Amino acid sequence: MSWFLSLPLIIPFLTAIAAYLLRHSASGKWVSVAGSALGLVASIALMAIVLDKGVVAAQMGQWAAPFGITLVADLLSAVMVLITAITGFAVAIYAMGDVTEAQERLGYHGLFQVLLAGVTGAFLTGDLFNLYVWFEVMLIASFGLLVLMGGKEQLDGGVKYVALNLISTIFFLTGIGLLYGLTGTLNFADLALKVEEIENQGLLTVVAMMFMVAFGVKAAVFPLFFWLPAAYHTPSFSVSAIFAGLLTKVGVYALIRCFTLVFDHDIAFTHTILLWVACLTMVVGVLGAAAQSDFRKILSFHIISQIGYMILGLALMTPLAIVGAVFYLVHHIIVKANLFLIAGVAKRLTGGTEVYQIGGLYKYAPFLGVLFLVPAFSLAGFPPLSGFWAKYIIVKATLDIEMWFVAFIALAVGLMTIYSMTKIWAEAFWKNHPDGIEPRMEKLSNKWAQLLPIAGLAVLTVFIGMNPEPFVQFAERSAAQLLDPSDYITAVLGDAQ
Amino acid sequence: MNSVILRAGARLLALLLVIFSIYMLLRGHNAPGGGFIGGLIAATGFVVFAIACGTEDARRALRFDPGSIAGAGLGIALLAGIIAAIFGDNFFTGQWLFINETEDDKGIPLSTVLVFDIGVYLVVLGAVLSITFALEESV
Repeated sequence: MSWFLSLPLIIPFLTAIAAYLLRHSASGKWVSVAGSALGLVASIALMAIVLDKGVVAAQMGQWAAPFGITLVADLLSAVMVLITAITGFAVAIYAMGDVTEAQERLGYHGLFQVLLAGVTGAFLTGDLFNLYVWFEVMLIASFGLLVLMGGKEQLDGGVKYVALNLISTIFFLTGIGLLYGLTGTLNFADLALKVEEIENQGLLTVVAMMFMVAFGVKAAVFPLFFWLPAAYHTPSFSVSAIFAGLLTKVGVYALIRCFTLVFDHDIAFTHTILLWVACLTMVVGVLGAAAQSDFRKILSFHIISQIGYMILGLALMTPLAIVGAVFYLVHHIIVKANLFLIAGVAKRLTGGTEVYQIGGLYKYAPFLGVLFLVPAFSLAGFPPLSGFWAKYIIVKATLDIEMWFVAFIALAVGLMTIYSMTKIWAEAFWKNHPDGIEPRMEKLSNKWAQLLPIAGLAVLTVFIGMNPEPFVQFAERSAAQLLDPSDYITAVLGDAQ
Repeated sequence: MNSVILRAGARLLALLLVIFSIYMLLRGHNAPGGGFIGGLIAATGFVVFAIACGTEDARRALRFDPGSIAGAGLGIALLAGIIAAIFGDNFFTGQWLFINETEDDKGIPLSTVLVFDIGVYLVVLGAVLSITFALEESV
């Protein structure tokens, strides 16, 4: 049984090795696709087990719980692993039409699979230090992907990205050191029990703030977000899609995990800060997007503003708000990765990403227009798409506890999201191309490899939007597990006895 | 750097370092040493060789592309973890085989832990060399 927890990690690593060793042959990309498909199967299996049995845990190397490395999957972890596998599969297919042969020869597919393994590991680990290790795996792979075959611009983005992530790492490690000094353990479940016994609760709050900064940088919240728009518009489109979909969400996941399980001793203080951070993140992100004119830069700023909604869900800490945060996480990964994939197709058809300098997509590639509208409207929160339900739950949660002002901000930011999406629509899709180029679909060298993943993710968005009931119920069960971690703790520590 | 003394010395030094690295790798389980340090020492050997005789010769002496060595090492390390599945244990549970075991002597212990360390050795060797060779060649 424990192997169901390990397989979503083993498969991407094996795929990475195979794809790297085959980097000079044309079969490398097929290995990547096949490996991602297998990973998807493994994560579906894990999800089925978690749905059936509740929280499951496995001790790596059979070292008992607080001492060894534990892999744990509750509903939140399982759904994050699943959504990572779905996005990874979609992007692996897309990469067949997007990644150049020169990039493949440098080991693109290997790095991509290592990145997937890192993200999956971060979602599955039950140990704070191990989480740090997975962050590093992610960071190394993502730095490699950022600068692969890059020029000056890619290096510039890459250096900013790495520098700020290293600062976050320093905060993270310092926090880990202090927390270990306070409690003598780094296992999440064990920490949840031990932090209650600490006398120096003030110091614990300091440690909590260090983790908030560390994960805040990863999640790109206000005022720590500036590395994101500096880096995400530079690499190849499949890379930026996987970054946009997954990397910041790992930070959000880590925040949710830590601030529901470990640092819930002084909610009045920590979660009030989170609340203000969330509001400012939403507003600054959406305003930043309004000032941009590059397809990917607009989308990058929208990642930030959407992160705000998820943090808001965590900050409110009511059952409904956590439901909203979980729902939002899942919805956002699909939608955002898809928008970046569409930006890639748009670039290929029109020759640019500056929305004022391109156009004509609606006239010559109307199918792409339809595919764009689904995630764009979903992002803005149009019913009946997935984004509507995500925003609805979050706003409902704020209204329930009579935080009118916060609800107003959340709604206003949603409105301004429409502005940016309309800008992309009007400039890139509706108006004619200023240079008279006809962006026809025939220009794509590998049309179906690029369009199928986009269509698949769009269908998923519509499906969640039309059928919100099971997904909301799932998020409710997941939120209940987060707010009452006793199942999580017994699953991890119970195995030791 | 073109110096006869360095070139002659480097061949000997590289050989010694690689042999010493294997010694470090094998003693690593119970004494200071192990795959990581062993890999670094072996890499030092090849780096000394590369400085003296050029990276082209060093690459030839290595026989395999350093990136592929690192990839293969990762595979071996992963395999060491997966072997536990055959015995029904969790991922990365160490599996031991004692050759010539008697009542008061454990004999020669062989384990998947050593296999893992060999994997680490190769990962470190490959990774360090692909970085240093790339730097050396771009200077």
